[in-house]
Amino acid sequence: MSPTIITAPPSSHFEEQVAPALMVRGYWGNVLFRLRHDRVTVFFGFILLLIILAAIFAPLIAPFDPYKESVIGRLKPFGWRSHPLGTDELGRDLLTRLIYGGRISLLMGVVPVCIATLVGGTLGVIGGFGGKRVNTVIMRTMDVFYAFPSVLLAVAISGAMGGGIANGMIALSMVFTPAMCRIAETATTQIKNLDFVEAARATGAGTFTILRFHILGNVLGPVFIYASSLVSVGILLASGLSFLGLGVKPPTADWGLMLSTLRQSIYINPEICALPGVAIFITSISFNLVSDGIRAAMDVRM
Amino acid sequence: MVPLVEVNDLTVRFVTREMTVHAVNGVTFSVSPGEVLCILGESGSGKSVTLRALMRLLPPRRAQITGSIRVDGEDVLALDAKGLRHLRGGLVSMIFQEPMTALDPVYTIGHQIVETIREHKGGTHAAARARALELLELVKIPSPERRLDNYPHELSGGLRQRAMIAMALSCGPRLLLADEPTTALDATVQIQVLILLRRLQKELGMGTIFVTHDLGVASEIADRIAVMYAGRIVEEGPVADVLAAPLHPYTRGLLASTVHGQSRDHDIDAIPGSPPDLRIVPTGCAFAPRCGMAIPQCRAGIPEERHPSPGRMARCIRVDAPVPAYA
Repeated sequence: MSPTIITAPPSSHFEEQVAPALMVRGYWGNVLFRLRHDRVTVFFGFILLLIILAAIFAPLIAPFDPYKESVIGRLKPFGWRSHPLGTDELGRDLLTRLIYGGRISLLMGVVPVCIATLVGGTLGVIGGFGGKRVNTVIMRTMDVFYAFPSVLLAVAISGAMGGGIANGMIALSMVFTPAMCRIAETATTQIKNLDFVEAARATGAGTFTILRFHILGNVLGPVFIYASSLVSVGILLASGLSFLGLGVKPPTADWGLMLSTLRQSIYINPEICALPGVAIFITSISFNLVSDGIRAAMDVRM
Repeated sequence: MVPLVEVNDLTVRFVTREMTVHAVNGVTFSVSPGEVLCILGESGSGKSVTLRALMRLLPPRRAQITGSIRVDGEDVLALDAKGLRHLRGGLVSMIFQEPMTALDPVYTIGHQIVETIREHKGGTHAAARARALELLELVKIPSPERRLDNYPHELSGGLRQRAMIAMALSCGPRLLLADEPTTALDATVQIQVLILLRRLQKELGMGTIFVTHDLGVASEIADRIAVMYAGRIVEEGPVADVLAAPLHPYTRGLLASTVHGQSRDHDIDAIPGSPPDLRIVPTGCAFAPRCGMAIPQCRAGIPEERHPSPGRMARCIRVDAPVPAYA
């Protein structure tokens, strides 16, 4: 990538030594420019877009009713009687169920991350900027949650509260909040000791202004990047919960649940059993690679 | 003339559980409006701490400040939070050493200057932006309209420091504090920034306190020089007099240790030893252990101020005595 060089007009003062200026494209202009030239990100972004669109318009594009069962058409192979991806153990169309299942998976990936970003991010900034005591209270509380492996914690919380989408989301939010809080806290403590915060104080900025302008502006980047990488973890964890019977209840279509019920048929029709796993894999790796691409594009120092 | 800044017997101590660091030990000086005072000293001599104390930028819990600081008649040490916000940026503003880290990397410099102006004076975004443009022109940043929308990393070190100066001037301060503003710059850019600062200071009639460890910079910009050592001003006077005829052995040592056309095979006369540990309160002259002219009386007590001629001061008991060349 070669930046456009514009040389400023010659100046009359000897003290004005002019350096060539980068053409101003604006921050987001630069990010977009870099993203467009990153083929991997563009490709997986496209796949992600397809998955998201399919989830949103599921009733319009799905070829069958996701709950329509058939006794004779169970576990049929790809292409059987206009079922492009075959049927599941109750004779329901697999493609339809995969499309509908994407809705739950995306919801379970995105919503808990948003909640965790909001709650954890706020707590982290307060903990990082506040005094020693505030920091200790917040961060040690978060450490308690950290002590459990994330899967175990999610299982425990949704196990205690019972299954269902809402409880699953609450469980995942609680799993993600400590990590989010830690990221925000680390970024805040690093930034609050930098010269520009002191410089802001020296120009008379109050605590609120420093928080709103300098801290938030600098913390948002790392928090956003981490959040985007958490989405794929959320999808995996949600699928795991459903697989264990702690998430979505049947007959709702969900990739984790489908994987769990189809598992018993693995010797009858293995390619169909693998499909929900493939869907989880593709979605999660797309989120990961796109978030990596955005992280690279957003780094102003590169 | 009424002085713009009056600092009287300022002491700053940093207290932690393990130790107390006596960073500044009784500093007294004043600056008139439109005057440039240069505080000269090596690392750890307390010059930056003195500067930050003037704006109460030191961590309030750990730093104990005593003495008195008056800026434009206001008692800085007695100000509440609101008064401090008015003082900082409005009456006094500061230029920092590292223009790379003293500007927020995620905002354009225009955005940062606008934010500072609106914080103090309110007004519309457009008005503040117009003022920001004026400021960039004032500090001679080429093609200022475009530079307003540049991020700090897109500017060279010299331009960044100019942007920093523009931000410091944004609210029309009467006192400018500069903490080694040219140390991080190339030699050629250094002199440009110094010339700019000197011109702005004259045009705007700002009193300026300029902290540096560079004698060349001091001679370029200062009206008066105060030499600090171990948290005390050991010598003070008009710049030409101090540089031509230093009174204190430390100042003489500093002058001797610069490059000034010695022959190549001649070693530079460095001052032997290193600065004292400020965790221990010195009982005598703090420079005595490194001083080639020290006599037993030097260690007896802290030397009083001596004024051998009007406007000059030195804290050395041998000032009035004829002194041989620094060994």
